[in-house]
Amino acid sequence: MSLAEDTRTRSLPDRLHGRGTRILKSWELLLFGIAVLIFVANTQASPYFLDPWNLSDATFNFTEKAMIGFAMALLIISGEIDLSVAGIIALASTAMGWALQFGVGTPGLVAIGLAVGLLCGAFNGVLVTRLGLPSIVVTIGTMSLFRGISYIVLGDQAFNGYPDSFAWFGRGYVFWVISFELVLFAAFAAIYALVLHKTNFGRHVYTIGNNPTAARFSGIRVERVKMILFLLTGLMSGIAAICLTARLGSTRPSIAYAWELEVVTMVVLGGVSILGGSGSILGVVIAALVMGMVTFGLGLLNVPGIVMSIFIGALLIGVIAIPRLVAKLRRT
Amino acid sequence: MIRDFIKSREAILVAALIALVLVVESRFSGFAAPGNLASVFNDTSILIILALGQTLVILTRCIDLSLASNLALTGMVTAMINAAMPGVPVAALIAIAIALGVIMGMFNGILVWKLDIPPIVVTLGTLTIYRGLIFLISGGEWVNSHEMGAAYKAVPRFELLGLPVLSWIAIAVIAGFAVLVNRSALGRAFYAVGGNPHAAVYTGIDVGKTRFAAFTIAGGLAGLCGYLWVSRYAVAYVDVAGGFELDVVAACVIGGISIAGGLGTVTGAVLGALFLGTIKNALPVAGISPFWQLAISGAAIIIAVAFNAQSSRKQGRIILKSAEHAQ
Repeated sequence: MSLAEDTRTRSLPDRLHGRGTRILKSWELLLFGIAVLIFVANTQASPYFLDPWNLSDATFNFTEKAMIGFAMALLIISGEIDLSVAGIIALASTAMGWALQFGVGTPGLVAIGLAVGLLCGAFNGVLVTRLGLPSIVVTIGTMSLFRGISYIVLGDQAFNGYPDSFAWFGRGYVFWVISFELVLFAAFAAIYALVLHKTNFGRHVYTIGNNPTAARFSGIRVERVKMILFLLTGLMSGIAAICLTARLGSTRPSIAYAWELEVVTMVVLGGVSILGGSGSILGVVIAALVMGMVTFGLGLLNVPGIVMSIFIGALLIGVIAIPRLVAKLRRT
Repeated sequence: MIRDFIKSREAILVAALIALVLVVESRFSGFAAPGNLASVFNDTSILIILALGQTLVILTRCIDLSLASNLALTGMVTAMINAAMPGVPVAALIAIAIALGVIMGMFNGILVWKLDIPPIVVTLGTLTIYRGLIFLISGGEWVNSHEMGAAYKAVPRFELLGLPVLSWIAIAVIAGFAVLVNRSALGRAFYAVGGNPHAAVYTGIDVGKTRFAAFTIAGGLAGLCGYLWVSRYAVAYVDVAGGFELDVVAACVIGGISIAGGLGTVTGAVLGALFLGTIKNALPVAGISPFWQLAISGAAIIIAVAFNAQSSRKQGRIILKSAEHAQ
């Protein structure tokens, strides 16, 4: 009998792998390796890459997208998606530009940007949670609707003339080469990492993504959690809209065009399963760095933006396909 | 059977479509004239063909967001070949377009089938890759009308029995799909895979292979549309049909193709595309700025999906006739 107990305890270890092996095999480490490789390749490819101001400029390639990416990561982990984020940016930016025509000051503009983001998020959230509609279709619809309203308001015109105090949100520096946006990015990374990995709410997000029915039966208010996540994604899009509008200094209806694809790419590249249930904020942070560096490095080499997008697309498929391909080949 | 049709989503769509045409006609007479309706159909042909391809993909619980990029790339390739080698016959160019589209569809399909990567991830990736390749091969240059051969541009416009060839191609694709989806084993497999993938495996259907077939067919149709689009509008550039992938998804959703898979009909997809096409054609007639179009498409998607969800809270499509009688 003691023998039987012995084998049972041996066949059921507390952990499948030790902490060390888990970190070594983790997606984040692989991604970090890729990031280091790209960094080294960039320093070799261009002598201008290591300049602190150039590196600081490079961060603008990902800060705004990554801010949305954090909220999107939570949303995708919970099994939903929001493809309307770029549409929300367009609408929020248009609303701010419209208010500017009536002499609204910087605090008012910021409030409007945040409010429009929240409202759009609430609209998506109500359609998905109250009416039970699939989020991918709903947000494809709202993505056209939100940007469409911008087109109705603006047509081929643009809003200009944002005040200097507003421009600081996109162009200001807190300390030396550390921009306001970079600080915001770091702060949100920390906040979202804490929320997702250290709170009950974060646990609920994972549980819902793995099995919404089981989550409901264990007393988690699934619809409310999802509603909060849609609101958060909308709010982050509003914040991104403020930063981007301030940085560009103008609003056109084509602002942030196709950003939803880049944000989703960033999140998936960061190791968040598109099927829901797994992923980490650290992964999204590293993915943001990878994408920012690829874009910036290729930019220094005068590679056109659209060619970079091939790179990003190939990266998205490659990082998911290669581990699966290796596993498949090893099995046979 | 007639009672079934009246209760079906297709009947509601037909009614909505007729109502839409009548409303526009009441304000701007001549819109409902047969000649104008034929031209609306012709304008919508490419959307119909792509929506049918997308329907197969969505039926199997997948989605293909790369169709418009595929179209633009094949269109550019045929235009560049035509500009560089005017001697190549148009039939050969069409064959090249379809073959190229099939290859791109197969690439999507093989990643979904063999590596089990979620279709939305695969096609988000290939959406940007295919679009980027256009820039690589063209160097960002346009192929303009005067560089294209007369025959290259003439084929889709050539009138046959009162309708342009473009319309006839759409009609042929619709007819082909009606047979494929309703009368073939593969057609049944699309529904089975989307309706219940696990059950499909137990009935001997290879889920991955069926999805691969759906992506391949959709890709081939996108290739065909690449030639049709570029020759019809007589210009090829990097951003041809930019964002059109969403119009295609919108047409399917409006047509009642369930994004959850296994539910939807050929008629629905065609009607959904026609509904969207009619709105697009009615806007300039009604003097509404084209800037309204995007918002209207978006609103149409949301209304359609909300409506579908209300009416389709029942079981999926019944594949066996005997099972239908047993109910």
